[in-house]
Amino acid sequence: MLLLVLFGTAVTLISSLGVIRLPDVYTRAHAATKAATLGILCILLGAFIHFMFVHRIVSVRLLLGIVFVFLTAPVAGHMIIRSARRSGVPMAGISVRDALKEDLEKAGDWQNHSENGGAEALRPKSGPDR
Amino acid sequence: MFDALLLLCLFCLAVSIAVALFRIFRRSSTLSDRVLLIDSLSFIMIGMVAILSIYLDTVAFLEAILLIGILAFLGTVALSRFIERGYVIERKRDR
Repeated sequence: MLLLVLFGTAVTLISSLGVIRLPDVYTRAHAATKAATLGILCILLGAFIHFMFVHRIVSVRLLLGIVFVFLTAPVAGHMIIRSARRSGVPMAGISVRDALKEDLEKAGDWQNHSENGGAEALRPKSGPDR
Repeated sequence: MFDALLLLCLFCLAVSIAVALFRIFRRSSTLSDRVLLIDSLSFIMIGMVAILSIYLDTVAFLEAILLIGILAFLGTVALSRFIERGYVIERKRDR
């Protein structure tokens, strides 16, 4: 139990080191999202095992929290990175390859994609309200 | 021994919260960066609540875990949609 809590804390601390050291939004997301899933999941699992074996309480709320964190943390990281990529946050200078840009250029869709994104953000919102 | 190790874990999580805050308030970080770090900040807070409920031997704080998790997910999704498109809730129905 204590081992799980210590391991989760160590993972979170290492990922905060990564948040300081890494040069880019995308690589920092790599570090921060792993802290959210692995580290926090180990801490919550340690708390669940502690309450199960010491107090004889099977806490359904904690179990629900574990499932919820496990489901939502990767989805949230993916949405942040997709929005960063579409709003044009630059990659770091030492990046060697942009695979998404290569694929979009191969499909001839890169210009259309960015123009539509810009126009759609600027278009006045004239919709049938109620 | 046990309590001291739990306090040590709390201290380490506090250090990582301080690191994330430092990164948020730096001037050179972008908006996506700040949203990402606020998300990871709330997950670290979930871990702190779990360790605190082990340390105090109570199950009273476990709703706070669910609440912080749901609020963090909703806030992250709303902010990333805002960064991506400029608005959060779509009003156009016929497309």
